[in-house]
Amino acid sequence: MRNHWAAIGTIVKRELAAYFESPVAYVFLVIFLLLAGFFTFAFGGFFERGEASLAAFFNWLPWLFLFLVPAAGMRLWSEERRLGTIELLLTMPVADWQAIVGKFLASWLFLIVALVLSFPIVVTVNVLGDPDNGVIASGYVGAALLAGTYLAISCMTSALTRNQVIAFILAVVLCLLLILVGFSPLTDLLARWASPWLVEAVAKFSVLTHYDGFQKGVLDSRDLLYFLSVMAFALFATGVVIRNQRAG
Amino acid sequence: MIRVENLSKSFGPKRAVDGVSFEVGKGEVLGFLGPNGAGKSTTMRMITGFIPPTAGAVSVCGLDVQENPIEVKRRIGYLPEAAPSYTEMSVLSFLKFAAEMRGLRGEERRNAIRRVVGLCHLESVLGQTIDTLSKGFRHRTCLAQALVHDPEVLILDEPTDGLDPNQKHEVRTLIREMGQSKAIIFSTHILEEVEAACTRAIIIDRGRIVANGTPAELKARAPSGKLEDFFRSITRSDVQAEAIA
Repeated sequence: MRNHWAAIGTIVKRELAAYFESPVAYVFLVIFLLLAGFFTFAFGGFFERGEASLAAFFNWLPWLFLFLVPAAGMRLWSEERRLGTIELLLTMPVADWQAIVGKFLASWLFLIVALVLSFPIVVTVNVLGDPDNGVIASGYVGAALLAGTYLAISCMTSALTRNQVIAFILAVVLCLLLILVGFSPLTDLLARWASPWLVEAVAKFSVLTHYDGFQKGVLDSRDLLYFLSVMAFALFATGVVIRNQRAG
Repeated sequence: MIRVENLSKSFGPKRAVDGVSFEVGKGEVLGFLGPNGAGKSTTMRMITGFIPPTAGAVSVCGLDVQENPIEVKRRIGYLPEAAPSYTEMSVLSFLKFAAEMRGLRGEERRNAIRRVVGLCHLESVLGQTIDTLSKGFRHRTCLAQALVHDPEVLILDEPTDGLDPNQKHEVRTLIREMGQSKAIIFSTHILEEVEAACTRAIIIDRGRIVANGTPAELKARAPSGKLEDFFRSITRSDVQAEAIA
């Protein structure tokens, strides 16, 4: 078992280095922080809310991540296939699942770093008012889980094609679907002709439904289970895709 | 060391490899010859466990590839076709990665890297990004990756492709030397290479083995005594193959 994690650790290290050795990481971080700041202060009504919270920041994240996370994840497997390095990686003494988990963890860690770098917003709120930092912490946990879920889906679409653009678009569409089934303007519309229990059942599959709990400071194991199982499912599907491609 | 039995691979209706069997022992260098698309790379990919066979079995050092993939992969060094590598990495960090994936740490890893850097003449480019290297250096970087754990079995898919004549000569010499203590399979289009480095050669055409023998034996089978003439007499060009199909 220790060997399993050693191999995964080596892959994580290499992947993280790959982000930071190319301009990708810096471009991503700068754009994420600029957009997050812009949405929070310009659109989120950060000051107009008159409350010391990060709601303005967290409310926009599902939409911001919708594009940024697939952008960070689209290269994961399609790049390996395009360069042919997948043949190197998978003929080294690792199981497929280790390679998949290693690459996923590295990217997730990178996204978490991006989230952590948004700390000036937390500082601002604390300077200006007296926020509930417990709610902020739980908000960040939710945001990290949301990023992981989008990322796992991007991982899966990235395994499907060697074309990064296709991987990106597929991931955006799938993630958007996961948002929309619980997006209240849409569910309200749906509720006009479908029975309420159906609308509610469908909304249970939405990332928003589960993300909102965390933003209220409620750490519910069901929400946690939802995010983790979507991630596990998407990574498992990645494994099936990769195995099928090799089987020809 | 390497035992291939009735190995077959189909991609949809196309049979890329069709009932191939052979063995390679320690101290043998097997040259894998054949026209483009004959099934050489597919066979090698099945031996390394990268793709599963449709039928048949491969065992390496007595271990079945399908049953014990990780243990088999530990024992193999593999240079894939076109020598892929993580181009954004430096040569040194790429080799460190390969060594670590092979379970080498600390002093062991340093020694292993020093050894392959010397063997593949990479001293001058260690800190350079692979992206910026010439084809010859890229190729040798990938070869170094295959040798870093000093494997018992080497599978090299066109190890001299894209090298200049001097580099080709060096790689051939290296293969011949390593062949004394390892089991090596390498594929090539260059027939003199077979004579220069192999103890035995297999010619494969449209997925089937059409000849198997020492380079001298194969040469003797052509009236002219030339390996090239023998090769041409038993294989078909892809244009001919197309016409028949």
